[in-house]
Amino acid sequence: MSDCCAPPPFVPPPAPAQAGELRTVVLIGPPNSGKSTLFNRLTGLRQKVANFPGVTVEQRLGVMAGVGRDDLTLIDLPGIYSLDPFSEDARVSIDVLRGKMPGTPKPDAVLLVLDSLHLTRQLMLAAPVLAVGLPTLVLLNMSDLMEERHGHVDTLKLARELGTPVAQISAVNGTGLDAVPLFLNQHTTRQPAQPLTLPVLGNAFSAHTWAAQVSRHTGYRAPLSVEGTRKIDDVLLHRFWGPLLFLLVVVGVFEVVFSIGQPLSDGFGEILARIADLARPLLPTGWLQSLLLDGAWKGISSVLVFLPQILLLFLFIGILEDSGYLSRAALIADRVMRSIGLNGKAFIPLLSAYACAVPAIMATRTIENKRDRLATILVAPFMTCSARLPVYMLLIAAFIPNIAFLHGFLGLRTLVMLGLYLAGFLAAMATARLLKSSILKSSDAPFILELPQYRMPTLRSLALRLVDRARIFLHKAGTIILCVTLALWVLAHLPVIQAPSGAIRAPELAESLIGRLGHFIEPAIAPLGFNWKIGIGLLSSVLAREVMVSTMGTLYGADPGTQALSLQTALHHDMTLGGALALMIFFAFAMQCTSTMAVVRRETNSWKWPTVQFIYMLVLAWCAAFVVNHIAMAFGG
Amino acid sequence: MLSKLNVGESGILVALDLPESVQNHLMHMGFVPDARVTALRRAPAGDPTVYGVDGMEIALRHETAAGIRFREAEEQEEGRDEGSALIEAAS
Repeated sequence: MSDCCAPPPFVPPPAPAQAGELRTVVLIGPPNSGKSTLFNRLTGLRQKVANFPGVTVEQRLGVMAGVGRDDLTLIDLPGIYSLDPFSEDARVSIDVLRGKMPGTPKPDAVLLVLDSLHLTRQLMLAAPVLAVGLPTLVLLNMSDLMEERHGHVDTLKLARELGTPVAQISAVNGTGLDAVPLFLNQHTTRQPAQPLTLPVLGNAFSAHTWAAQVSRHTGYRAPLSVEGTRKIDDVLLHRFWGPLLFLLVVVGVFEVVFSIGQPLSDGFGEILARIADLARPLLPTGWLQSLLLDGAWKGISSVLVFLPQILLLFLFIGILEDSGYLSRAALIADRVMRSIGLNGKAFIPLLSAYACAVPAIMATRTIENKRDRLATILVAPFMTCSARLPVYMLLIAAFIPNIAFLHGFLGLRTLVMLGLYLAGFLAAMATARLLKSSILKSSDAPFILELPQYRMPTLRSLALRLVDRARIFLHKAGTIILCVTLALWVLAHLPVIQAPSGAIRAPELAESLIGRLGHFIEPAIAPLGFNWKIGIGLLSSVLAREVMVSTMGTLYGADPGTQALSLQTALHHDMTLGGALALMIFFAFAMQCTSTMAVVRRETNSWKWPTVQFIYMLVLAWCAAFVVNHIAMAFGG
Repeated sequence: MLSKLNVGESGILVALDLPESVQNHLMHMGFVPDARVTALRRAPAGDPTVYGVDGMEIALRHETAAGIRFREAEEQEEGRDEGSALIEAAS
């Protein structure tokens, strides 16, 4: 969905009273130095933050309301190592900094964020950024960890060396941030470029020599390296335990989503049904009641039910991202990725595609090689995104018996779910392999991956992620899903039939407009074991996958024969096990998401790739569903 | 070549024989001449290898590491944090 990750629309602050005033401030710094955390502090917004390099891949704008400067625009940028762009996301930062990004205001001042734990290396970026000639405040982030681990730096001396103010802050705790409004108040007007006396630019070696000198002159003492991260990695990157734990984590996540999530969802579903029961006497009997309760509410609540399970999934993804484990997973996966012609770096966007393909496709900007990037974009929608979860959950709960293995530690339902995730993953791998050995062939791009130190995910950041996710989900239910269900209900009740007595009534479902459309497309899907109602579901799910579930809820709700049944039971009456398995496989492979297509178009700059991708995935989905249905029929399913 | 470094061993970087863009990128990540590089661990599959440089951990594949030349670390530098050794070496 487009609202999967879209930022809230940015409203620029009012124009200044006089020309030449300071208006736009830009945040720049190396990857994973905490720019987005600081951005959130300074603007009061909730930009996504996590513990791996490459979280931010495009510029984000906000008003600096967090420090009482509503008149200033702050721009958050992807992290960069130098002003030579090595990848697509770095190019964004450099263009914005130089004021060459169309549609983004030219910055008037710079906040250079450096991770004080690795100051020597991070200072290499200071020289070229200061050379741009904008008023700059250097912020040495992570002062809390610096203190904890007995590091030291003399900020006054550093300020003298750099010729610009320097402050120590902790963006996570919000300490030291006073320096920012103080600095901005001192620079109320756009200032001419400051004369710069910094040495040699452009050459990495001389930049490093300079940075090392500066950090020595300022009495920089690197903090003690923590043994913690290495000790954890001794286990998590262990030859044998590493991959095994990786698998255990994945299996464990799904087992929890089922064993804990299912009862939560069931309870939530009962509450939603009770709301409908309470509302029923309040509404006049007739078409309005039917439209609101049997149409809209039944459709929406059949999707809403899955909110607890989706939130659980996001909780786990949040822990993995915030802790720093994601980079380790990429390292473990590099070998597999190499065998298909990609590298471990492509694994990070693919992993985040488990949440949603839209941000994942944006995240491919961190992949330096253009062909590798395109291949990753093209296979990302195969990864099982959270929008598929409601469909899988519904079908699995309806058709797969709840059999437990290993003394209840693993259920058959979990296994089926894992199988579906695996099917998507294998399809992605096979397709990438195909692409990389044909049209997207290229020499191996070097794999250079920074492993951040482990950090304990904070409860606050996890809670905020869940709140944001729930809001997105509810927003979707209130907009797109509501519209589709209302449209379906109307189509299911037209054309009205006039009885000989003169009374008007709705047609039989099969005779309605939606019924006729369904019967029209039925021949194309009958070989897969789907009836016409499923066909309507598939058509509507092109907008977004979850719409499938709400459509089925509305259609069965509109049919007097199935109105009283739960959605699971109704499906059971209408489908064979083979058809249900085929439907799950169809969802695993098909590209049913207009937002993904839109973002692929934007990132590849042509309609060609989303079209190819859509057709390829549709054909694959149809064929796989056909095979599954026929195998199941052969076994009498 | 850095790829010959065993896990736990350190070396002093001499030069990078890699395409210019890669070389530049690596240098900005701390792989500069005279930097002390330690092979910290190998990925479970045996490749890539995680190197410690300038207090950071960076994973490189064998073929990239093979383009980085090093000399043996001198005795008196043993046992020191990569960062402080680097500052002294560079100054």
